[in-house]
Amino acid sequence: MKLRTIAHARTGDKGDTSSISLIAYDEADYPRLARHVTAERVAAHFAGILRGGVDRYEIPSLGALNFVLHRALGGGVTRSLALDTHGKSLSSALLDIEIPDF
Amino acid sequence: MRQIRIGAGAGYSGDRIEPAVELAERGRLDYLVFECLAERTIALAQQARRRDPHLGYDPLLAPRMRAVLPACRRAGTVIITNMGAANPVAAAELVCATAHDLGLGGLRVAAVTGDDVAAAVSAGACRILEDGRPVAALGANLISANAYLGAEPIVQALAAGADIVITGRAADPSLFLGALAYEFGWSLADWPRLGQATLIGHVLECAGQVTGGYFADPGFKTVPGLARLGFPLAEVGEDGSAIITKVEGSGGCITTATCKEQILYEIHDPARYFTPDVVADFSQARVEQVEPDRVRITGGSGHARPEALKVSLGIAEGFVGEGQISYAGSGARDRAELAAGIVRERLELTGVAARELRFDLIGVDAIHGPGLPAGGARAEPYEVRLRVAGRTATAEEALRIGNEVETLYTNGPAGGGGVTKQVREVLGVLSTLLPREQVQPRVQMLES
Repeated sequence: MKLRTIAHARTGDKGDTSSISLIAYDEADYPRLARHVTAERVAAHFAGILRGGVDRYEIPSLGALNFVLHRALGGGVTRSLALDTHGKSLSSALLDIEIPDF
Repeated sequence: MRQIRIGAGAGYSGDRIEPAVELAERGRLDYLVFECLAERTIALAQQARRRDPHLGYDPLLAPRMRAVLPACRRAGTVIITNMGAANPVAAAELVCATAHDLGLGGLRVAAVTGDDVAAAVSAGACRILEDGRPVAALGANLISANAYLGAEPIVQALAAGADIVITGRAADPSLFLGALAYEFGWSLADWPRLGQATLIGHVLECAGQVTGGYFADPGFKTVPGLARLGFPLAEVGEDGSAIITKVEGSGGCITTATCKEQILYEIHDPARYFTPDVVADFSQARVEQVEPDRVRITGGSGHARPEALKVSLGIAEGFVGEGQISYAGSGARDRAELAAGIVRERLELTGVAARELRFDLIGVDAIHGPGLPAGGARAEPYEVRLRVAGRTATAEEALRIGNEVETLYTNGPAGGGGVTKQVREVLGVLSTLLPREQVQPRVQMLES
């Protein structure tokens, strides 16, 4: 199933770095997110745009993960040639990731 | 337990004004905070101030103040804002004049200055965090350098009796923390409490983003009344506990989910969120729905504040030129791809000096390129808009990019229409660190 079925997300930006939260609708699903949505999985999903690494932070008290994507925004909002200069749409792209049904 | 009601009247410079008026009139607020200063905004404001020394503050300052001052005066609500941008003193003068026009005499308006550190970073040994170069190497390309000030000067201004506090570059949550620390007499070295107050400020600072703005996703996340979204307020207790809520009857919603998204918004390591006041720790944050549209937020903490202050550098980085054209109907994608190839070849043939070029087929691959799975499939859209963008050293070169797209009208594939072109100046933003003792905030009090 797609991540979108069990989680929501929001993207933020600081310079050329994008941060994307991934939050379980039901906190009982948090362990599944933590198990399947690794930093490596996210880096592979965004390989087409990423020029740096991915860090993952765990916030179990919110049932959430936070991903920090380095050099992901074509130089950042002020200088990027991209149409979505903030990278705001990356959260929706993250929710496209397929995870197993368990 | 004593409580302070603190509202957020704007989440960015161009934000809606009516939700702030609703908060001012019906929120029974002690404080109304307007956060209006993005990273890039202050560099633009510095350019405006260079052109005219009376400018350089937020362009919506006067209309915003005109809209909320009468209600704030009636309710005794104190206003705190960073709408001073590059010129807090001129902003304070304008607010005094606006208050005077409204017949509101005797308002005390404080301007917080000292964030402009261009001289210090140019002269010193500061290095750019992103690439390690010395700041001095930027030379005349350095447009602005502004240190993020913390809550301390805001506390001073409030202690001096300010009804309105206007800052330039201050950390967003510090605008809220300043009010809370002053009201409750918190020590500015009480790190766990400052960390929790920073969490509250961070949840409020983007205004509508916690009341259901930037949240709705049909079929998954429903938000009522987005066209008249209410802005948030927090009821904060002396112990730092907070309920996030909004004016009854306003649009939007406040749920644990909207609060979680905002808690994690634009932060990196949740256990180490740096502000001038504290290294805040959100990693144990908890949210609890206590009633509809009322969420309790607890668990923020923190550690000793950083010794150096972050400085935002505005840098002149040349120009971006752009042109767009649309193709529709049968074969739209093929014609758009042909057009892209023509423009690419033309830019080489005519010697346009673009340092970086980008070709997007809007509706096909414009946002994430061919790299993400959905963009890779060969789609046959009904309409495609070709966008060509490039980076150049001069405005003249940038204009030539749009011109090459425009000439597709009579020289390119069949049926292209709706050309637009534009040139914009690029203000890059980089960062450096400056020892705290080299930044001297000052408070100047004016009266309407």
